[in-house]
Amino acid sequence: MAGAIGPIVIPAPSSPPDRFRTLTAVVASVAPILLVVIVVILFQQAGPAVSKFGLGFLTGTDWNPVKETFGALPAIFGTISTSFVALVIAVPVGVAVAVVLAEQGQQGIRALLGTGIELLAAIPSVVYGIWALYVLAPWSYQHIEIPISDRFGFINYLTHPAVRGLFNAALVLAVMILPTLTAVSRDVIRAVPRGLRENAIALGATWWETTWRVILPAARPGIFGAVILALGRALGETIAVTMVIGNRYEIPPTIFSPAYTIASVIANEFTEATGTLYPAALIELGLVLILVTLTVNLFALLLVRSAQSRIAV
Amino acid sequence: MNRNARRGYTSGASLFVMYVLTVLALIPLALVLWFTASKGLPSVLHPEFFTNVERPVGIPGAGIAHAIVGTGILVGIASLMAIPIGVLTGVYLAEYGYTRWAGWVRLASDVLVGTPSIAVGLFAYALVVAPLRHFSGISGSIALAILMLPIVIRTTEGAVSLIPSGLRESGLALGLPRWRVSMQLILPAAVPGVITGALLAVARASGETAPLLFTAFGNHLFSIDPSQPLQALPLTVYHDALAPYKSLQDQAWGAALVLVVMVLIINLLSRWVLRRQIRLAGQL
Repeated sequence: MAGAIGPIVIPAPSSPPDRFRTLTAVVASVAPILLVVIVVILFQQAGPAVSKFGLGFLTGTDWNPVKETFGALPAIFGTISTSFVALVIAVPVGVAVAVVLAEQGQQGIRALLGTGIELLAAIPSVVYGIWALYVLAPWSYQHIEIPISDRFGFINYLTHPAVRGLFNAALVLAVMILPTLTAVSRDVIRAVPRGLRENAIALGATWWETTWRVILPAARPGIFGAVILALGRALGETIAVTMVIGNRYEIPPTIFSPAYTIASVIANEFTEATGTLYPAALIELGLVLILVTLTVNLFALLLVRSAQSRIAV
Repeated sequence: MNRNARRGYTSGASLFVMYVLTVLALIPLALVLWFTASKGLPSVLHPEFFTNVERPVGIPGAGIAHAIVGTGILVGIASLMAIPIGVLTGVYLAEYGYTRWAGWVRLASDVLVGTPSIAVGLFAYALVVAPLRHFSGISGSIALAILMLPIVIRTTEGAVSLIPSGLRESGLALGLPRWRVSMQLILPAAVPGVITGALLAVARASGETAPLLFTAFGNHLFSIDPSQPLQALPLTVYHDALAPYKSLQDQAWGAALVLVVMVLIINLLSRWVLRRQIRLAGQL
């Protein structure tokens, strides 16, 4: 068997190694490395408290720097409950605004409303704090808390109104997470294919039926992602909450009572913490906070991403 | 009432409710701006508010000059750290976004955006303050830089990806090396977008209080030394708002007004630059 000619091999031009790619890749690794280093350093600094209290740290209710017993449960409870109440208030409003921003009205009005909502996100947390302390909380005490406790006082959880307490902290939080909630939900709703809406309208559905039964169900996973993302923001919010929550280290007996959150315990006590165990306990609180928010954020990001890519397909 | 009329009314009513909720959502913005302006204006109207530093309660003529300068220094140093790293990372994500490492970097920066700022403050404390055994402006800047980084990264990536790939291809076709195409062709075309990101990051950092509480710590005196504790506007607002004296509370409102005006101006400016970027990219 002669004459078999092999394929003609053209040698690839030897390209120089892409140094630019290597360089930028190295610089780009700062972000992921930082994330890891933050968690590692906090874990290391929390060492004394972690080894002394173990998992009991998460369930202990006593926070006593003098006796050096530290339990995180009241702070964890306060963090979760303020965020939850804030979501209950903010989610209906946020989704409604997102629907309006995504499809209603003229371009100009929509852009104006959108700018307004985004500026809401730009206002520093400490400014919300001073506003909440002197304006919102006293108003809410007079016009929300007292009427509710008068009318529904037979429910134990709705008594004992207070200017500084869990409910008012949640109220500020609701205002502060609204922009995140709205912006992400709006993008998800916009990503719903036009065809879905047009089909519904062609079948004779009204605007409400189209929105409620077609658009929102299609956007649901993404909106859920937006809610979780907002939850992540609410869990980590510090200053505004610290200024109005009342700073009492206990599981609050009613929704209006003073409470404490993880972030505000750290903000209030860290500079005064002496010895080794006290600061370590505070850093362990920070570690709990960062691990919870990282998990929540990661979950939300994956939800939003998969929702957007699914809709796009 | 027949069924179709009822459907129509339901639809109209629900649309109306949604509009009402939208207006309701904007009320806090109006209220925050109104109260900050009306309560802060009396303090701000005294010129010495901008030239003097804190004075003991009861002595008139106190000012926040040290806080304004402190915020400038803290945010300035943070920008020097965060913006170069952030821009290069953004360029990497836009140019080599298909690689697996780029996926991790993107995820990390998205997660970093949502990291609680108080935890970042703890980290800067453990990293810088604890080993050196004293509070310093530089540790505050490090904390702020960590918060700025993901904002710069994502806006740079967005701006660079807006540039039509024709520009990149023509550069490569002319035989330019990859780094020249990225840094001298693509990046200059994306500059307005990069500036937008930097401005947004500066606005965010200027308003942060929590990461400065135990890093920059605050200072009652005028100081420009970043190795020592520095005052910052948000710290002034925070501490003075919680003080039991009317004069300090007024000062807090004044500082809040200065802060809000500063942050809103930076934000609106960034919007204006961004609009130019989009127009520019359309022309390429």
